[in-house]
Parts: sequence; C-alpha cells; structure tokens
Amino acid sequence: MWFRLAWKNLWRNKHRTSITTAAIFFAVILSIAASSLQDGVFDNFIKNMVSYYTGYIQIHQQGYWDHQVLDNGMLRNEQYETRIRGQKNITAMAPRIESYALASFKDLTKGCMVVGIHPEEENKITGLQKKVIAGDYFDHNGGNTVILSEGLAERFSLQVKDTIYLISQGYHGALAAGKYLIRGFVSFGSPELNDQLLFMPLKTAQEFYAAPDLVTSYVLGLKFDKTLESTVSNLRQISGDTYEVMSWKELLPDVDQHIKMDKGSMYIILGILYLLICFGIFGTMLMMMVERRYEVGMLVAIGMKKGILAMLFLTESIFTVIIGSVTGLLCSIPLVYYLKEHPIRIGGEMAETYKRFNFEPVFPASTDPSIFITQGLIVLGIGLVLSLYPVITVFKIDPVKAMKK
Amino acid sequence: MKTVIDAHNIKKIYNPETVPVVAVNNVHLHLERGEFTALVGPSGSGKTTLLNLIGGLDKPDNGSVIINGVDITRLSANKLIDFRLHNIGFVFQSFNLIPVLSARENVELIMQLQHVKKAEINVRVTSLFRQIGLEDKMDVRPAQLSGGQQQRIAVARALASRPQFILADEPTANLDTKSADNLLDIMAKLNKEENMTFIFSTHDQRVIERARRVVTLVDGQIHTDSSPVSVHADYPVTA
Ligand SMILES: Nc1ncnc2c1ncn2[C@@H]1O[C@H](COP(=O)(O)OP(=O)(O)OP(=O)(O)O)[C@@H](O)[C@H]1O
Ligand SMILES: [Mg+2]
Repeated sequence: MWFRLAWKNLWRNKHRTSITTAAIFFAVILSIAASSLQDGVFDNFIKNMVSYYTGYIQIHQQGYWDHQVLDNGMLRNEQYETRIRGQKNITAMAPRIESYALASFKDLTKGCMVVGIHPEEENKITGLQKKVIAGDYFDHNGGNTVILSEGLAERFSLQVKDTIYLISQGYHGALAAGKYLIRGFVSFGSPELNDQLLFMPLKTAQEFYAAPDLVTSYVLGLKFDKTLESTVSNLRQISGDTYEVMSWKELLPDVDQHIKMDKGSMYIILGILYLLICFGIFGTMLMMMVERRYEVGMLVAIGMKKGILAMLFLTESIFTVIIGSVTGLLCSIPLVYYLKEHPIRIGGEMAETYKRFNFEPVFPASTDPSIFITQGLIVLGIGLVLSLYPVITVFKIDPVKAMKK
Repeated sequence: MKTVIDAHNIKKIYNPETVPVVAVNNVHLHLERGEFTALVGPSGSGKTTLLNLIGGLDKPDNGSVIINGVDITRLSANKLIDFRLHNIGFVFQSFNLIPVLSARENVELIMQLQHVKKAEINVRVTSLFRQIGLEDKMDVRPAQLSGGQQQRIAVARALASRPQFILADEPTANLDTKSADNLLDIMAKLNKEENMTFIFSTHDQRVIERARRVVTLVDGQIHTDSSPVSVHADYPVTA
C-alpha cells in the first residue's frame, strides 16, 4: 500500500523529484567523468614516462642498479625469460646491455652511452622506431650498424651512412673497439637522452663489449599500470635473490612523487564535488520534509505507525536516488567512451612540451569499469545515507507540534 | 449507557521550567456513547490541549484518560498510535487529507492500516460516501474539492475506522456558514443513525446551538457543562 503511496508522492512535486534525480544524475556523471579523466591522464602520463626509456619494470642482476657497470650484468637465461614472458599483463620483455664508450668521428671525441637492444622488443616498449628522424630503424639482423640520438649526431655533424668509431672498456676489463655504420638518427625530447644515446643491435653490442650473452637489464612492458604492484611482487617471487625487480616508481622516484602530489589535489577536488552533491541532495530532502511535516504529523495522529511512514519515505528517496544513479551511470558510459575516442586536446605551451617529448598532447579518459562502479556506488551511497534524514525526521516527529501552525 | 471517555483530574502544564502555562487544569470529563458534545471557550482557554489529551496525541502531567476501559496515559508511544488507529476518529481544522490520494483512497487508507479486507473496504467506502453525500466525488483529489467537501471526507475517514468516538478540533473554522451547517448536518445524522459519539471544539455560535451538550472551558478549567441555551446566556462567545 505504501508502495503505491510512495509512487504517488514522487509525482506530487515533480520539480522537486526531478531536481533530486537530476542532482544525483549529474553527480554521477561528473564524478565518473572527473575520475575517469584523472585516471586516464595519470595512466597516460605514466605510459608516456615509462615508454620513454625506462619501461614499467626492470630486472637486473642483484646490485646492478646501485653500481651500474658491465661486471654487474647477467647472462641471459632462456628458461627465466620464458617464465617472465608467460606472466599475465606483460606485453614485452626487452633485454638491454648498457655501458659508456667514447665515440669519435674525424677529430672529435665524445662520451656516449651505448645501448644494445633487441630491435622488435625494444620497439614494443619505447616505440623507438617512431622516434627515427633520418635513415632507418634496425631490421632483424642489424649487423654492424648504429642509430644515434639527434644531439649526439649534431655534435659530430654526422650524416647517415657515415662511420663512427667507438672505444671502451669491455667485460672483465677487455678492450672494446669497433667502427660502425650509421643507420639513422632518433630524436628524444629530453636533452639528457638526446645528447648521449647510441643504439646498436644486442648481438653487436655484446661483441663490442666482449660479453657474449650478457645483458644489464630486462625492460618489461605492462598492459595496465594498475597491475604494477601485483606483477612486481609476482616477479620478485619468481626471481628470488639472484635478480632485482624494480618498478618504475623505484626507477623514476621523482615522477612517482609528482604523480602522488597531483593525485592528492585531484582527490581534494573530488571531495569538494561529493560535498556539493551532499548539499544538493540534502537541500531537496530538507525542502520536502518542511513541506510534508504537517502531513506526517496528521498521519501519525490518525494512527499511521512511524515505521510505515519511514518505509514510505525511504522507498521514495531510494527510488529517486537509484533512478538518478542508474541513469547517470548509463549516460556516463557513452560520454566517457566518447572522451576516450576524442580526447580533450591540450593547447599552448603545455602542448609544445608534450610534443617535444614525443607525447601526444591529449587528456585521454580511462574506461576502466572499476571507475564506473566505484563512483556510481559512492554517489549511490551518499544518496542512501542522506535518505536516512527523512526517516530520522519521521521518527522524531511529534504530531501535536508538527500540526501546529 | 456506555462510558466512552473518562478523563479524570487531568492537568497539562506547558514550559514547566521556564514560563509555566497551565493549559488544562484539573479537568474531569465524562462522555457517554452517543453524545454530541461541543467544547467551547475563549481563545487560549485550553480546548485544543484538552482534545489532544483525550485523543492521545499528548500526555497529561497529571490524571488519567480512560477510553473504552484503557488508561491511555500509560501506553507507550507506539501502542498509543495503534490505539488511536482503532479507537479514535480525528477531524482537524483543515488539511486532513493526503493531497496525492483521491478522496476514496484517503478513506481507504485508514482501513488498510487496520488491515480490513479489501472486499469489506469497498463496501464500506461506498456506503460512507453515500452517507456524506459525495458519491460522485470519490475519485477526485482533495485539491479539486471545496473546503466543506474536504471536511466531509475527513468525517468519512474518521468514521471508516469504526472508532469509539470522533474528535474534531474546530472542524468548521475554515468553512462558510452554509458548508458549516452542511457538515454539522452530516455529523448530527451520523450521531443519530449510527449512535457515533462526537466531541468537537468550536467558536461558532450556530454550531454550539446544534450540540446536545456544551462544555465551557475558561483558563483551562471547566466553567459550565450543560445544554446550549444556558451557555449562551452565561458568557459571550467570541467568533
Ligand atoms: N506548545 C505550547 N507551548 C506553550 N504553550 C502552549 C502550547 N500550546 C498551547 N499553549 C498555551 O496553552 C493555552 C491553551 O492553548 P489551546 O491551544 O489549548 O487553547 P484553545 O482553547 O484551543 O485556543 P483557540 O481557541 O485559540 O484554538 C494557551 O495559553 C496557549 O498559549
Ligand atoms: Mg484550539
């Protein structure tokens, strides 16, 4: 019986019901859009940062990170690599051998970092091929060719097809020397990398350093940053004490710190949003109770139990809250997908910075289903908690006072 | 004769701590089945307070109110609501009806609260609307009815619960003379035909004259308790 009455009450003040529903509707949409943008932007930022060079996760011989020399490298272990590759969420595993060398061309000599890479796997993680601005990327055999970073090439005034000489100390103190044909140039946004990187195929680098089968790191790509922690702990279990497994948070502590701070301020914004939602919903409920105070008093006077009245109000508010949340949720899905497909473009100086680092200057939206669920539930929860206000008011009402004019 | 209300030595003091107002002062009131009693007195004399005490809407600070053998001053808040539902019919000065329900649904509601069977409700509603002469307004919402019609439906609702008595606080205060007469006609008819007990407060001389017993309150105390004629002579009623 009260269900019918509740239904009719919803229509008694159409404006109020629609205001409440709309408040919840927009609250859900706003909070979903806000947090999907937040997640999207941070995910994208992380992806940009890690695919720049570092990767999501790196594995080294235990102790390499603190003392980065060839002698702390590790021999490739096929069995181990297969196990790591088999882990969920790992998209690529790129072996690298990194060390310093002196490069010389004509009468110029300069220090550089020689990085031996597996061309395909490396490309999956850092998209190195896209960074090629002159010449070509490595094909599968590669041979005795190198790709230089743009800044380095400029120092030497090099052209593609020129030959460069490298000299360094190899594994266990061996002398390393060789001459290499320049295959192409790559451009990095950061001067630090742009002025010193020199890539060669892994095999070539191992020969140069007289370290057959040696690598200094495995760089891993991940499908979702969300799985970072769990993947790292899985890998640690597999790797035991022989290897050190490091996430980008440890590899790039500054970036991690920066994101944490930015996220903090985003949570404050979300908090303010929730507060506004609370006031919006509470305002309409307050209005409703003022308007219906006399009526509630009258109903209690003629013998309607407060429990039934509370049920009536609860049914009404829950209905409003659920309709608002569900429609808000449903409408936010296409909206967020739209924002994902047509991300908000950044303009101005920020866009320039993004472009310089080869990042796409966009704010993409994340369509992670957990955002919809979490935000939907938070707003629903706020609505339901506030629905208790009419219930409490009903239980506290005194018919004589309520009916007094 | 069966006793319906037996209020014994009841007292109600508002704001006992700050500025005490003795709204009802040692009142004894005894009502028999089938009475048609008006409660009169100047504004602020305690009529509403007394009716609230008798109707179980408020508790006296002293004394007892026995209705149909039950001392309602001893009932818990929840029991009291249930007691009102089954024993007392209420007609208030105005806004008696739920605006979103039709006239008929307003009357049905109280019987649904009493868990009366649907078939019985249907029969009873039809006869009640015939008694108040509003058979043609059953499916109309309160807003589309005149004040007088709304009060008649409130009387029908009060009657629907088959109460021990119907209590009405200034039921005609918001009505024009004709509507007030009409409402009193219906109340008097129900009193006569169904032997329903009525107690109502009023300022209206024409309404007072229709009562068979008139209780006058002055400063929270019963001043006179008699037939309408003597009241008229006794003190000038202000409208
Ligand atoms: N809630 C309250 N708090 C304090 N004093 C009250 C309260 N309700 C009533 N009173 C006082 O109690 C006295 C009796 O009031 P009551 O409303 O019963 O009079 P009444 O006879 O119904 O008057 P009226 O004819 O104007 O309706 C008045 O002095 C009034 O001011
Ligand atoms: Mg009064």
